Amino acid sequence: MLIRKAPDIAPSEITPESIYRQRRQFIKGLAAGSALLMSGPAAALSGSAREDEGLRATGPEWLQKKLEAATASTEFSTAEKLTPFEHVTSYNNFYEFGLGKSDPKAYAQGLRTDPWSVEVSGAVHKPGRYHLEDLLKGVDLEERIYRLRCVEAWSMVIPWVGFPLASLLKRFEPTGSSRYVAFTTLHDPEQMPGQRSRFGTIDWPYVEGLRMDEAMHPLTILAVGVYGSALPSQNGAPLRLVVPWKYGFKSIKSIVRIHLAEQMPPTSWNRTAPQEYGFYANVNPAVDHPRWSQSTERRLPSSLFSPNIIDTQPFNGYSEQVAHLYSGMDLNKWY
Amino acid sequence: MVLSMTAVHRHPVGRWLIWSLFFVGSLLPLGWITLQAVQQKLGADPAQVIVTFLGIWALRYLWVTLAVTPLRRLFGMGWLQRYRRMLGLYALFYASLHLLAVATFILGWRPDLLLRELTERPYIIVGFTAWVLLLPLGITSTQGWQRRLGKRWKTLHWLIYPIALLVLLHFAWLIRAGYLEVLIYTLILAFLLGYRLYLKGR
Repeated sequence: MLIRKAPDIAPSEITPESIYRQRRQFIKGLAAGSALLMSGPAAALSGSAREDEGLRATGPEWLQKKLEAATASTEFSTAEKLTPFEHVTSYNNFYEFGLGKSDPKAYAQGLRTDPWSVEVSGAVHKPGRYHLEDLLKGVDLEERIYRLRCVEAWSMVIPWVGFPLASLLKRFEPTGSSRYVAFTTLHDPEQMPGQRSRFGTIDWPYVEGLRMDEAMHPLTILAVGVYGSALPSQNGAPLRLVVPWKYGFKSIKSIVRIHLAEQMPPTSWNRTAPQEYGFYANVNPAVDHPRWSQSTERRLPSSLFSPNIIDTQPFNGYSEQVAHLYSGMDLNKWY
Repeated sequence: MVLSMTAVHRHPVGRWLIWSLFFVGSLLPLGWITLQAVQQKLGADPAQVIVTFLGIWALRYLWVTLAVTPLRRLFGMGWLQRYRRMLGLYALFYASLHLLAVATFILGWRPDLLLRELTERPYIIVGFTAWVLLLPLGITSTQGWQRRLGKRWKTLHWLIYPIALLVLLHFAWLIRAGYLEVLIYTLILAFLLGYRLYLKGR
């Protein structure tokens, strides 16, 4: 499936260290300057957020260039306080790398994310296998600061860097009969220890799906970066979906296949526990998970003696933009 | 010559030493998690880490308490009997801390949330029931109460078996994916309870 060649030479090793550093310094200055001009949501691209430079994922050179040229999207971003980089990249649900929240960071570092290719298939006029670099050609990246609400009742605010899924899908020219988009995560037990476990409940590979209108919605993005740098593997490098009005598990990571379908595609959590997880999985405080309440959430990082408990908003606060997609639907039934 | 535990227990200093070892050793998990929390090493969601940690230690102490009889019978570790009460009380201790941690760190003592959790969440109802049942066992664990209750003491403390099953159910009900851990604890409990049935049936 994956084209395996060219081993792990980080671009930082090819570029002489000193020049690499200088370049980063230069960019830092630029970013800080532009942040001053724009103020507000560009926070994540600014100098202050780059303290933990050493921990950042670098990604291939072509991606770095694109990330550096990313612009901040004011229209779609929230002004809420960001969850620190450290927590965004060390508290993850990515069961391919283990069940614990810290497992993905611990076990995903060896994941080969470059080169990476994505198979596009199904009801499209231009199917094929595309290199990630080709997929991103001509694509302008933007930073989107979104709320992320996990079905486990915790939430974060994350500055993703990505581009609308719609713009990508249009390039493959979906046929008139395409009604759903199905996504598949990499299946490679050699690289993903969680896929070797015999006691898990998920059938690998992880699959997810969206209705066509959800996929084409301007809020729906494919992310390649976070906090102004390349996505770390534990966050779903090199390419992941972000659908901010749905529970986090809909935002599938490390995508290797995008399939345009006529029928509603199967989704991993729905297959594992259909009475607990539906296809839509829209954030909804009025519909509880059968085992726990969804009416409130804890915004992370939480402090021990004043837990950051906030009321969960319908569609995770994106009602204005997306509620119309579900008008006339019984959300108790289509959870 | 190997110094046997039975021999150690013949001497008061030996008894005191082992008692201290059990007592202080059982505080180590609490010490460790407190240190981690103070040093802010528990990541983005320390509340969840602490709650899970205290819960699993409550379960472990309950299982160890239930292991005393089989260990005594199978390996002649009669001396263990002396510490069963302490082990049981540590199960109650960690269960109480677990509960306190949920109320404080997760629910912030918000009355509406406490009420909601205690009335609507089956796994919480089951876990809370286990704690409520464990409480009188802890209170009546002294020799004074044992004398006062006489025969009824044994009947009351038989509750430890349903409590263990409730705790297991509470634990299993929380799982989203990955049943290995719960499977291991289930097998151990199955042995601990099965052995008693075997003794009874013999």
